Amino acid sequence: MNADNRRLDRLSWLALLSLLLLPWYKIRGGFFGFGWIGDAISEPDLWPGAFQAIAGRWQLWPVLLLLVAATGLRLTQPSGGFRGRWLIRIGIMGLVWLVAEGLSSGMRGWNWNLLETVFGEISGQPAFGAGAVVLGLFFTCLISFGAAERGVLKGDAFVLTSIAVLILLVAVFVFYPILSIFTGAFQDFDGSFTTEGVLRNIDDSKIWSLSCLAGGSCGVAWRTLFLAICTASATTLLGLAFALVATRTRFRFKKSLRLLTVLPIITPPFVVGLALTMLLGRSGTLTQLIEGATGWELGRWLYGLTGIWLAQVLSFTPISFLVLIGVVEGVSPSMEEASQTLRAGRWRTFRKVSLPLMAPGLANAFLIGFIESMADFGNPLVLGGSGGVLSTEIFFSVVGAQNDPSRAAVLAAILLFFTLSAFLAQRLWLTGRNFATVGGKGDGGTHALLPARVAFPVIGIVALWSLFTVIVYAMILFGGFFKLWGLDHTLTLDHYIRAFGVSFDGGFRWSGVAWNSFWTTMLIALIAAPLTAAVGLLTGWLISRQRFPGKAVFEFMLMMSFAIPGTVIGISYIMAFNLPPIQMTGTALILVSCFVFRNMPVGVRGSVAAMAQLDGSLDEASLTLGANSGRTLRRVILPLLRPAIMAALVYSFVRAITSISAVIFLVSAKYNMATAYIVGLVENGQYGVAIAYSSVLIVVMITVIGGFQFLVGDRRLRRRPTPPVNKEAAA
Amino acid sequence: MTIRTAAIAAGAVIALPAWSAGAAELNLICSADVVICERLVSEFEASHSDIGVNMVRLSSGEAYAKVRAEARNPQTDLWWGGTGDPHLQAAADGLTAEYESPMLPELRDWAVQQAEISGHRTVGVYSGALGWGYNTQIFEKKGLAKPACWADLLDPALKGEIQIADPNSSGTAYTTLATLVQIMGEDEAFDYLKKLDANISQYTKSGSAPVKAAARGEAGLGIVFMHDAVSQSVEGFPVKTIAPCEGTGYEVGSMSLIEGAVNPDEAKVFYDWVLGVDVQNVMPEAGSYQIPSNKEAVASEHSPDLSQIKLIDYDFAEYGSSERRKALLARWDSEIGGQASE
Repeated sequence: MNADNRRLDRLSWLALLSLLLLPWYKIRGGFFGFGWIGDAISEPDLWPGAFQAIAGRWQLWPVLLLLVAATGLRLTQPSGGFRGRWLIRIGIMGLVWLVAEGLSSGMRGWNWNLLETVFGEISGQPAFGAGAVVLGLFFTCLISFGAAERGVLKGDAFVLTSIAVLILLVAVFVFYPILSIFTGAFQDFDGSFTTEGVLRNIDDSKIWSLSCLAGGSCGVAWRTLFLAICTASATTLLGLAFALVATRTRFRFKKSLRLLTVLPIITPPFVVGLALTMLLGRSGTLTQLIEGATGWELGRWLYGLTGIWLAQVLSFTPISFLVLIGVVEGVSPSMEEASQTLRAGRWRTFRKVSLPLMAPGLANAFLIGFIESMADFGNPLVLGGSGGVLSTEIFFSVVGAQNDPSRAAVLAAILLFFTLSAFLAQRLWLTGRNFATVGGKGDGGTHALLPARVAFPVIGIVALWSLFTVIVYAMILFGGFFKLWGLDHTLTLDHYIRAFGVSFDGGFRWSGVAWNSFWTTMLIALIAAPLTAAVGLLTGWLISRQRFPGKAVFEFMLMMSFAIPGTVIGISYIMAFNLPPIQMTGTALILVSCFVFRNMPVGVRGSVAAMAQLDGSLDEASLTLGANSGRTLRRVILPLLRPAIMAALVYSFVRAITSISAVIFLVSAKYNMATAYIVGLVENGQYGVAIAYSSVLIVVMITVIGGFQFLVGDRRLRRRPTPPVNKEAAA
Repeated sequence: MTIRTAAIAAGAVIALPAWSAGAAELNLICSADVVICERLVSEFEASHSDIGVNMVRLSSGEAYAKVRAEARNPQTDLWWGGTGDPHLQAAADGLTAEYESPMLPELRDWAVQQAEISGHRTVGVYSGALGWGYNTQIFEKKGLAKPACWADLLDPALKGEIQIADPNSSGTAYTTLATLVQIMGEDEAFDYLKKLDANISQYTKSGSAPVKAAARGEAGLGIVFMHDAVSQSVEGFPVKTIAPCEGTGYEVGSMSLIEGAVNPDEAKVFYDWVLGVDVQNVMPEAGSYQIPSNKEAVASEHSPDLSQIKLIDYDFAEYGSSERRKALLARWDSEIGGQASE
């Protein structure tokens, strides 16, 4: 009995058992409540797949037939090319059938009228449950096992299965929702096809008007684009300034600069906007000071694009800094030394050698700033003024009084178009250029200092901006202790007690209003973080270590979800996962999967970069000694990837807590998230509690990040840490 | 190995839809101020220990969107609070269920009327009149007169001082629009709004945001429901609440049972309980300055006295209807909203 047969046997047993034991359809109370076990016999909707088929759900017969066929193949044919080919066919047929039957018949019978006229009425079916999910995985694995038997990728079933499952997951959680947002645009309220909504919205002057060039106001699409370009330019320049100061000057507070840059990443996004209004609004502290001192009337300049821009630059500069610092450090001192040896001055060297070598990093930082600005939801919500930006317009066209999902779909398409074109443009621009400056030869020396004429202005800007950031954050921390900001500055703990109080009368009780959403947020973030890291690392390993056809497309598909703004994700998840075949709205699962697939690209990038530092001979040694690829990944690669794991864990954890744009559509009564709750507080003008809650979140995040660091530990190398070789400039 | 991976992946995919099970549940959308919502839930849970309430606060627009999006598979049982229009809309769309509460005879006329025009798919729970709140400090500093009538708001001295919500996103602003149309006639109302536009600094997204801006001095005056203005002055902000002299419209905050709800029985328990006099008497403590719907319930001492306010005979059936609403909003968009600048 060889390995091919063994794994096929196990898989078939699993499928068979799930058909006989696991309920085929979704259970209202939730699978893990296990309340369904008691009623499993009396309630036909809870029956496993095999019994459903016997009871007359003929749409399940093909599934059983295909399982029988696969078993037949296993028993009659030896493993090899023929069996492999047929296993692949059976797997594909199974998946296609599941998709077709799941999409075509919903809760109340056929989803499309055409089918009803052809086949007559059928009884409706609930959404897929545990049984159906296992069968879907069964068919996916059949494909990869079949491919392994045919000898694809040296017959490595682990790699093949990983690829197949990842493709399945990305198809379900990224592409299916995006597709459904576009089909939603062409659907009426009752599900029938219509183009009316799209036609009405697609050339709406409120979206496309260019009259601001002639003194009027421009359409929301242009305003958003303009804002994104401004934000991206400003964050890139500021990020570069910070990176230069941190690496190439004798500025004394470099360490604290690094600390400062971490802060905005762990801040719930709209909090910055809130602090800005308290500082610079018409009756903000600073405004009052200036008005009192000079007598000028500053007014409400903060509201509108200017204010959003300021808040976004505050929030995203650190991210740009983190992207750029690696690049600025990576520029080899040898090149600069060579330039200086050839008698170029410091300024000329900087301009002609250092800056051009930083180009890919600059492009990356610009792209990230652009996409973050496009996707930003919290700041425009607080500082929006009369005109919104695309992300808030999408939100209000769904929840506002106009209730126009097709408008949301059109706006989402425009937003998606902008971000994806930026993403593509950056990819095209960077491919085919060589920015590698690390040639494997040891670098001597250190980076040249900045020329004076650059250094002074840059240090000045950095110092000013840091001061500004510190003030804004001081406002956030202290704001929670003031009774009523702007009116009654008595110090009080009331806001904290209201949010996080506990009471002991008649037993211990979490009486604070924030506890509920707080625990939910922590739980979901703690579930999502390891999953995100796992999926990201697995993908990164596949991309950097395995060669398979279509790898470039695979990589692009995975990275694409980074370019999809959160608002679009939120809307599309609601549209896709509210009805059978896959129904997850109102559960914690929808939040978890949203976080996993939204934050995974960062984990992928991190592990690709880290794996580039590990020599392939390590894997080869392990494989030669008889370990299979799964074992190699687990025992050799993973322990060496600790820093990358840490980064992925931290990032996904923090993003799960601070993101708002997607979450606000996905929260439910049972699973409410902290950010959605805080937005409600802000909307109601309860700034004190909102800020108190945000400060607590910030402190908690810092603590948990420390905890992750402790758990994952450092990478243990039995020599001094690897010198920074291979840090390729192209990100 | 592969099997195990598959099993782990399967576990991850099906993962954790629910942690708790057992006791009866009620999924509640609450569209009032979050403090009121929380008070309501804690009062209910204190008196009904067998029912656990999952509450989420959504503005009435968000709530309607959610209820509609989930029409074929509702996740919500009961929707309490928020302007009456979306509730009526939901009733017209058949998204909410008919229920004649035994408490109906105890309710005030406007609450019962709300139930009757919707075919008992919704019911009034509180009401409040439209007006505005102005920041007395700013008005004093600028030497402005107290604006007592709609007409006073057109004073050029108020340029850039007024805020009101965008009727496309806010039920409050739509009520204002409909009120002005009913007071003045449609063309005159749009004329008025065009002139008013010169004084408006910002069309906010949320209905009560204007008076919150006024309270903090970010604006001079916000056109809102009067109870929202009152709650700002009770908080201690220098806000004075005004009922317009020409007359004004009002909202009927409503409550609806969702059609096809999972826990209809628990929802009905809550429904009847919340219409009772005891709970409505508690609400002012949570900062609710609306007029309660139970005849016996006493409004807060801070609440604007409805008998002193000139209320128009607001036609909820007509202005709550989908066509009228779309037409008015379209006209607002083309004549006023489209011109709004930063």
